[in-house]
Amino acid sequence: MKKAIYSALAFTLLLAGCSGGGTKPASSAAPAGPDTAKGEGVMTYADYIAAADEDEVTVEAYVQAKQNWWEDTATIYAQDADGGYFFYGVKCSEEDYAKLVEGQKIKVTGFKSTWSGEVEVVDGSFELEEGNWVAEAKDVTAALGTDALINDQNLKVSFKGMKVEPSQNKDGQEVAWTYKWDDSGEEGDDLYFNVSSNGKTYSFTVESYLCDQNSDVYKAVKELKVGDVIDMEGFLYWYEGPNPHITSVKAAN
Amino acid sequence: MRKLLKSLLCIGVLLGTGGMLAGCHGSQGMADFTVPEELDSSRTFQLTFWAKNDTNKTQTKIYEKAIADFEALYPNIDVTIRLYTDYGKIYNDVITNIATNTTPNVCITYPDHIATYLTGANTVVPLEGLFADEKYGLGGSEVKFDAPSQQEIAPQFLNECAFAEHYYAIPFMRSTEACYINKTYVEQLGFTVPDVLTWDFMFEVAEAAMAKNADGTFAVNGQKVMIPIIYKSTDNMMIQMLKQKNAGYSDAEGNILIFNDTTKELLFEIASHAKTGAFSTFKISSYPANFLNAGQCIFAIDSTAGATWMGSDAPLSDIAEDKIVHFETSVRPVPQFDTEHPQMISQGPSICIFNKRDPQEVLASWLFAQYLLTNDVQIAYSQTEGYVPVTLKAQQTPEYQDYLSKKGSDNTDHYTIKIQASELLLNHLDDTFVTPVFNGSTSLRDAAGQMIENVTKSVRRKETVDDAYIEELYGSVTSLYHLDQIHSSSGSAGELGELPTESRVLLITLVAIWVCLGIGYGVHLKRTKKV
Repeated sequence: MKKAIYSALAFTLLLAGCSGGGTKPASSAAPAGPDTAKGEGVMTYADYIAAADEDEVTVEAYVQAKQNWWEDTATIYAQDADGGYFFYGVKCSEEDYAKLVEGQKIKVTGFKSTWSGEVEVVDGSFELEEGNWVAEAKDVTAALGTDALINDQNLKVSFKGMKVEPSQNKDGQEVAWTYKWDDSGEEGDDLYFNVSSNGKTYSFTVESYLCDQNSDVYKAVKELKVGDVIDMEGFLYWYEGPNPHITSVKAAN
Repeated sequence: MRKLLKSLLCIGVLLGTGGMLAGCHGSQGMADFTVPEELDSSRTFQLTFWAKNDTNKTQTKIYEKAIADFEALYPNIDVTIRLYTDYGKIYNDVITNIATNTTPNVCITYPDHIATYLTGANTVVPLEGLFADEKYGLGGSEVKFDAPSQQEIAPQFLNECAFAEHYYAIPFMRSTEACYINKTYVEQLGFTVPDVLTWDFMFEVAEAAMAKNADGTFAVNGQKVMIPIIYKSTDNMMIQMLKQKNAGYSDAEGNILIFNDTTKELLFEIASHAKTGAFSTFKISSYPANFLNAGQCIFAIDSTAGATWMGSDAPLSDIAEDKIVHFETSVRPVPQFDTEHPQMISQGPSICIFNKRDPQEVLASWLFAQYLLTNDVQIAYSQTEGYVPVTLKAQQTPEYQDYLSKKGSDNTDHYTIKIQASELLLNHLDDTFVTPVFNGSTSLRDAAGQMIENVTKSVRRKETVDDAYIEELYGSVTSLYHLDQIHSSSGSAGELGELPTESRVLLITLVAIWVCLGIGYGVHLKRTKKV
């Protein structure tokens, strides 16, 4: 995918969400579920989805993972009781970024935007709020290939029992994964791999800002063999269609 | 994907701090490079080559083959490639490595970036001495491959590598921007695509394309989405518009001239079309090619080096096959204000060589850089996208001419749109221009694009874009990109860095002598008093 055309600068990579590398919840006594009541002036998830692109939005959600921090902006995967959010480049000091641990509740104000199908909040700022909740991954395997899948965009999701299908490397050989979508990259770049379910094949990604080359998932994907059957977790990112950012891979039960 | 946006921002900020960087680069200066009499074949040289590809595996393979072929000719020179997919990352890493004298030997880069590298004393090797060297120069007697002579490099492209009174680079590939047009939709709207578009024509067609059906879909495509104009690189958009208007942008001395009334008028014009939804940008909406191929864009303006993504039959595509709409594509130069005198930007990668303490290592680097100008490399690489070889020698080969003549014979190597994009540049070599290069010129470029991005975003968010807004915008981009910290008369960027070590040692020595003299005089006075 052309998504991987451009490589990273020297961003600070904090690997929240990646198995083996994630930041831990601030409190071990996290409540069982998320708050369902919204604060004053805060949109419900339904209101947020109904808003038009470029509308100013204010939402509350719980950090599920953070992708990177650079030059006083952070990119965050978050979720509330009703849906997922992707906060792209919200204003954030490095000090505050450290406080964005998995489960931390935040209020974000910014502008709704859609970029290649990915619905997100851009040019935003956030406040830390009282509250902590770590979402369980929702199994969306059955929804793959259906129109319903987009309703779960940006959620923490899981995929069960998917088979690794061949990709083609730059020499035309069949391999289990590639650096970048067409194998034009190198160690440290995003990994791409194909997996199938019910006879249909999908392209999944290890996003190197979210899970870098030292993360367990990055290493695990590089060990995959064509034909392996695996379970995965990640975030349901979108780029011209579903493009999950995978954070864990293990052999299917 | 979104990494690009951060990379672009990063470049801006990094370059914005160029003046500050300059201060820490001068401390590790090296001696001037002198071409050795002979390449020492008894020694082994380990070279690092930092290269950029467009996430294109064929380009990666061409680099690898070039290295293998070169190493076969020079078994004592070992080249290790490090691949990047954006210039910003290369720039960032070079800046980091200048301070520790661990720069690569050979690097694909832009002249704007080199201008900042030059803030380190003797960091980048001036090439004119190497060009002219009888043995190892361009086409020299001891060069083991068929290299081009200096006259066989397209003069327009070579001249782009001359600044600060030296040649600090050689061109590697060249491209320009093209307007990829859904001709089918333009005609459906009652217009005819001219040979050279005007901005007015494009905006007129775009506004016509905003008409909707009763059900809310756009009349021209029957879809819910239509963004008639999407511009990939808004910095280029502003730069080309200003050049075509003969308005201020900057000069070679580093004076910032962009904040003028013409810029304001252009921003108002752009904002008016962003407000209706007729205009958007890559940063705001996504790749022009995705929308063009889905029948959701009519004028997709992007590099000729992105041509393989453009059109219904494009060999590369990010969108699902069932979303691709069939239409006829026209390739045209970027829109113009004066169609009789078209002007378009020249862009594309160049190659620079970093200085090292060992002149033999630099000579080995030069030989490899020169190898990248051979016909084999030039022709192969140019065919991966809508690039043009930078040597006349390669352009005039029967092999390259045959490639051009097979335009449209397949949708892969000879994809029509790709070759048309290359031809566009070949036919307009004398209509190309580049912006002045100085320490900070990339910051200015970023600022130029940022102003378009800002007004576009603002009107989409129903903010008022008026005189007061523009004044504030001028101030904010000046601050964001540190344009007020760019020192003019920086054509010789090397003068901007800290004093060379030798000079500082001399000054410190002078101060020390004066201190010693003072102490001596003091002691003398004391003794005199005691007596």
